[in-house]
Amino acid sequence: MASNGIKDQVAIVGMGCTPFGEHWDRDAADMLIDAASDAYASAGVDPADVDAYWLGTFASGISGMVFSEALKTPYKPVTRLENMCATGSEAIRNAAYAVASGAYDLVMAVGVEKLKDGGYSGLVVPGPDGDGTESSMTAPAMFSLLAPAYCEKYGVGEGELKDVLSRIAWKNHVAGAKNPKAQFRKEVSLEKICKSPRVAGMFGVFDCSGVSDGSAAAILCRAEDAYKYTDKPIFLKALSIAAGPNEGFISDEYDFTTFQEVVVSAQDAYKQAGITNPREEISMAEVHDCFTATELVLMEDMGFSERGEGWKDVMEGRFDGDGAQPVNPDGGLKSFGHPIGASGLRMMYEMWLQLRGEAGERQIKDPKLGLTHNLGGQPGRCVSFISIVGRELG
Amino acid sequence: MSGIISYGAYVPYYRLTRKAMGGGKGERAVASHDEDSVSMSVEAGRGALASSPAIDTLIFATNSAPYAEKLNATAICAALDLPTQVNTIELANNTRMGLAALLLGADLGKAGRTSLVCAGDLVIGAPGGARERDSGDAAVAFVTGPEENAIARVIGRASATTEVLDVWRLPTDRFARQWEERFGIEVLGPVSLDTAQRALADANVAPEALSTVILDATNSRDVAGIPRALGLKPEQVADMLAGSVGRSGVAHAGLVLAKTFDQAQPGDKILVLSTADGCDAVVLEVSDKIAQGRPARSVDQWLASSNNEVAYNTYLKWREILPFEPPRRPDPNRPAAPIMKRNESWKYAFYGSRCSKCGQGHLPPQRVCLKCRSRDEMVAERFADASCKITTYTLDHLAYSLQPPVVSTVVDFDCGGRLACELADVDPGEVAIGDELEMTFRRFYTGQGVHNYFWKARPQR
Repeated sequence: MASNGIKDQVAIVGMGCTPFGEHWDRDAADMLIDAASDAYASAGVDPADVDAYWLGTFASGISGMVFSEALKTPYKPVTRLENMCATGSEAIRNAAYAVASGAYDLVMAVGVEKLKDGGYSGLVVPGPDGDGTESSMTAPAMFSLLAPAYCEKYGVGEGELKDVLSRIAWKNHVAGAKNPKAQFRKEVSLEKICKSPRVAGMFGVFDCSGVSDGSAAAILCRAEDAYKYTDKPIFLKALSIAAGPNEGFISDEYDFTTFQEVVVSAQDAYKQAGITNPREEISMAEVHDCFTATELVLMEDMGFSERGEGWKDVMEGRFDGDGAQPVNPDGGLKSFGHPIGASGLRMMYEMWLQLRGEAGERQIKDPKLGLTHNLGGQPGRCVSFISIVGRELG
Repeated sequence: MSGIISYGAYVPYYRLTRKAMGGGKGERAVASHDEDSVSMSVEAGRGALASSPAIDTLIFATNSAPYAEKLNATAICAALDLPTQVNTIELANNTRMGLAALLLGADLGKAGRTSLVCAGDLVIGAPGGARERDSGDAAVAFVTGPEENAIARVIGRASATTEVLDVWRLPTDRFARQWEERFGIEVLGPVSLDTAQRALADANVAPEALSTVILDATNSRDVAGIPRALGLKPEQVADMLAGSVGRSGVAHAGLVLAKTFDQAQPGDKILVLSTADGCDAVVLEVSDKIAQGRPARSVDQWLASSNNEVAYNTYLKWREILPFEPPRRPDPNRPAAPIMKRNESWKYAFYGSRCSKCGQGHLPPQRVCLKCRSRDEMVAERFADASCKITTYTLDHLAYSLQPPVVSTVVDFDCGGRLACELADVDPGEVAIGDELEMTFRRFYTGQGVHNYFWKARPQR
């Protein structure tokens, strides 16, 4: 029994992504049509050529018919799936396994979310009926638990950590400013970030990702067929997901300075891809910066930084767009926005652009391996997804 | 013969100063936004049950019933983990019903029954009026039963019933109305004195032999003439807590009795009288078991643990008198009946589970152990009285609350077990990792006409 992976067996040969933002004039179907159309065109295929679909949406519709009715796909299989904020990545993973198995030749993974019709601040999580005893913590409150715990464990002052968090937000706004599809396309000063109104714990408004609408899509086939569709495919090296048992809210050993789910999914992904030193071997990453402190802790959980040292790497600019290991070069959830079901595919879209040298103003020099990390849930209780992709086989 | 076996009181943490209400001396106790007569009665009941035998009857009196139809006492029964075989009785509609419930419990004691009597009230008066100013919110609980265990025996009693339009409220009214006070005094004054005299005669106790006289009435002037008529000395007449609590409806006579018990000596004789649409009066004699029936916290301790910085408009918001701008978040969902039933021991009595193989605690209860993965090897464990400490916390400015920011914590119980929970009765600026907490039963919110009760943690009071 093992997680064997499907390294180099599957390629992405076309992608599409809508701008993310407050699309008052478009519904989920509109965005699906736009993202899927771009993906078909990118791969140079006709919709009739695609054999099966995996649709990720957190709460913008139920069943595969959300997609089939929008695109009028002729009686093709469409699977709708959901895995909290990792929903979009889960679509890629399942679609990839379908072509790797030989069941289909050409498939699409597509994600969409329409969040801005609700009229609420922040994310609203629809849940099953309950007994009224469930925690009422909002998402920023859940993730804000990371900050004081990190301070305490590593002896970092609260003011010092606030600067680190602000720098992460600043970096991702700098990146978003260069991205024509990002929700927030403005650089924001460190001072303004630091002084933004408090939302939860140490988090101000600028420590939180954007709440947005959007859609993204990928077309996948087996690696040996990739060059039929494009001369610059990208190859999947690893796909890993870990779902936690809720250790964080049962065990008093959990201290809110790590995501065990991320540690496990990263180790599994590195094994699949044959990576032994992620800090050196991964050229760039798109990670789940739902809140600034999340990005900091992820750097340590994924082995980009030593334990307790991530904050120094942040301050030294290691993860800046022009740093040694760029993280969230497209602006991340922070600036690109976070339409739940689309986010995992949006991360992959940046890999697609960067590895093909098509990222324009924010192009990273000669990237070889990229990583996407997508997380659903909260510290202590989450699902974590990691993929590794490269532009070459082997 | 029968009597009172144990008791407990509860005064909410918050106080509204009369100055904040527009003038006057002292302050009144106000239930927080997450409390009601049921939740406060649970708190009082916990004190009374700590030193009591098995209960077979639950009597609940309130004038501020959370549900107009549906027994409110069932939530008290479940939260206090009383056996489901208990007989439940609910009294309402008049502030005298608190003392009436105590007398009923005492009567049942003669038949060998052991009752938990809870009286809790959240008294809302029309803004600017005397009822708002002079009332308070509180709860009290007594265990009553056969004489042999009693801390105080019932040695005499009397009652009167008076059809009079004095204080009244229609089911559809928010606030009670009151006829001209002079009229009430004319009618109920003589009734009260007569009842007091008959109770003393029944007990064969002379007024001068009383150590304490507790005089409670819808209008304090109804009973103001009694001390003089009975020839009482000022030190015999109990302080009715007008300056610190206000008259707490059905709970009030009992609350002052609890305070009296806190300092009582064996042999003390106490007259308790409550006037409203008539009168009930009882004479009690304190036994040498008094020390055994006292709760962990005295009334004075509840009174000393307080915060009187509640703004008047905040209070009006809590009581839903003043409409306010809601947060841009969805209204809370109503809890679902079948799930509440399935999870009753967790939601109400606060039972978690502990793995019998490895000792790992789980809240809510689990079937599979996190630590050793054993399946169905759990033992139920009640955490309601367990102490805990803050492991980490955050101030949530975004969450729906009538008192933002919500103080959300992760707490670890000293006996082993972790819970994410909200803090009640806390100044957000004074929360710190490591703070010692205790659990408190609260009404979280009312969603689509359903009250949602569960437990929060609060700083130790």
